[in-house]
Amino acid sequence: MNWRSPREITLRTWQLPPRFGFWWALLLVAVLIGVWSGLYTVPSDSAGIVQRFGEYIKEVPPGLHIKIPFGVDRATIVPVKRQLKQEFGFETPGAMDPYQGSRDADRETQMVTGDLNSALVEWVVQYRIAEPLKFLFQIRDPRMTLRDVSESVMREVVGDRTVDEVITIGRQEIEVDALTKMQALAAKYELGVSIDQVQLKNVNPPKPVQESFNEVNQAQQEKEKLINEARRQYNKVIPLAEGERDQRIREAEGYRLKRVNEAEGDVARFSAVLAEYLKAPEVTRRRIYLETMQQVLPMLRSKIILDEQGRQILPLLQLDSEKAGKP
Amino acid sequence: MSAIRSVVVMVLALIAASTLMNSFYTVNEIEQVVITQFGKPVGAPVTTAGLKMKLPFIQVVNPIDKRILEWDGSPTDMPTKDKLYVSVDMFARWRITDPLPYFLRMRDERSAQSRLDDILGSETRNSVAKHELIEIIRTTKDRVPLQDTSLKNANNVVGMLLPIQKGREAVEREIFAAAAPKVGVFGIELLDIRFKRIDYNQSVRPKIYDRMVSERRQIAEQFRSEGNGEAARINGNRERDLQKIQSEAYRRVEEIRGEADAKATEIYSKAYNQSPEAVNFYEFTRTMEAYKSIITTNTTLVLSTDSDLFRFLKGITGKDSPPVDLRR
Repeated sequence: MNWRSPREITLRTWQLPPRFGFWWALLLVAVLIGVWSGLYTVPSDSAGIVQRFGEYIKEVPPGLHIKIPFGVDRATIVPVKRQLKQEFGFETPGAMDPYQGSRDADRETQMVTGDLNSALVEWVVQYRIAEPLKFLFQIRDPRMTLRDVSESVMREVVGDRTVDEVITIGRQEIEVDALTKMQALAAKYELGVSIDQVQLKNVNPPKPVQESFNEVNQAQQEKEKLINEARRQYNKVIPLAEGERDQRIREAEGYRLKRVNEAEGDVARFSAVLAEYLKAPEVTRRRIYLETMQQVLPMLRSKIILDEQGRQILPLLQLDSEKAGKP
Repeated sequence: MSAIRSVVVMVLALIAASTLMNSFYTVNEIEQVVITQFGKPVGAPVTTAGLKMKLPFIQVVNPIDKRILEWDGSPTDMPTKDKLYVSVDMFARWRITDPLPYFLRMRDERSAQSRLDDILGSETRNSVAKHELIEIIRTTKDRVPLQDTSLKNANNVVGMLLPIQKGREAVEREIFAAAAPKVGVFGIELLDIRFKRIDYNQSVRPKIYDRMVSERRQIAEQFRSEGNGEAARINGNRERDLQKIQSEAYRRVEEIRGEADAKATEIYSKAYNQSPEAVNFYEFTRTMEAYKSIITTNTTLVLSTDSDLFRFLKGITGKDSPPVDLRR
């Protein structure tokens, strides 16, 4: 048939019996629908799994592809390269994936620890669909299964730890431990996903207990404070005392120097004078005596000079030097 | 005439087409198929995927899931051996491995799920009732917990794990071992059953919280007392060190001063004691020095004309005698 000219088509349709034209139009529409529905695109982060009459035939890479239409071939798009995550105990609003957020956050976070305490744990599992065939055909509802696995494993891991480990010191170990156990279970259930990471988010003691946990922190701070205060007092006193000690010792050393130097000075002077004295002892002695007297006597308030014979007048003298001496 | 013929042809073609359509069926990768003829299964179940043939109209296709299926138990309150009420939530994974008995006895998945509810639920109850709570909480028997270094000497309760005999995994295996044969007769293979959630019952929770609070208080108290103790220790050290430093200083000072005095004495005595003349001279000069400071302005001195100074008052010859009296 020659369909090239639209005018020719109308001409022919108009000329042919109406029934005949109707069949051709129907066929044309069917072919168009067939081609249209046979085309499909696989996005760049995904892979297409093609089934013919339900049987898996191939996996196709990203791009435009064609399949046999009318239910013979079916293509399922699986986002194999996309990093997916599941949240437990909380929910980031606006998630596209219905399996991402928490179903029943309260129940999910409540956990019993290995010392029979209670803790509230929130965590995130990062995963990718690594084997789309297993993901689609081996297990029904793999994402829900992953959620169950994750919850079960996290409780198992937390159940093997004390509340202190869960809340503070053992977080990293829990992440590592949970990751390996989840990976093992995912492989066992043939989920077809690869779990890349388990991250603990908020981990808290239950609400009614939180205050007493804070009290412990406060007490810890208080302890530090008391110790620091005592250290402050120590540091305030001891270095000063050490300094004062050194000061006193140095002063004593100064005294020693002074004492020795003075002694040596005195002795030097004495020796010098002695040398001269030895040359003329009598005269020198007299001279020193008289010089001293000359120096000393003028300072006296009163001098009484008695003769040997006039000794008896001594009692008659008014010795009021004490009274008169006072101003 | 030709109209009747064409109608007959069309009807025949329709019948042929629908017969043809009905004798083909597809089996998906995720399912297996039991073919029934008037309600009775015929032939072996079809387990491979693809386009298959059957007798049209007479035989009916009954698809049965081939994948691993889920069983999610609902949370149930049950007592443990130590009479603690806990809410237990289990999940299991199972698979239809033998479609024929499954099809005959279950017909559909809903009845299978409710059968699993019964069997797994009661086995869980049995097992939980036989074990203490800690046995289904903990897993690793000899795990040594990390301990907060600041809490190390708290006491032996805080920061310790309670001891167990079996552990969670063993209990799970027990439940599995008890339930697996029971569901096996339905053509079901139980793959795994695990505890999803174990939680304190609402009524138990306040008691647990009370215990946690008292435990924490005790730790807090310990911190405070450690702080006070350490502070006291430091204060003691301070006092001790202070006394030590001060007494050391005193000792050292006295030693040095003693040394100094000794040295000075040695120097003096060596010089003054070198000869009898020196002794004599020292005594004389020192006495003179002493006069200078002893005799001050307030002193009245009674002197004799016999003294060396004034003897010349009596005469030019003088007489040799010391001063008579000295008063202050």
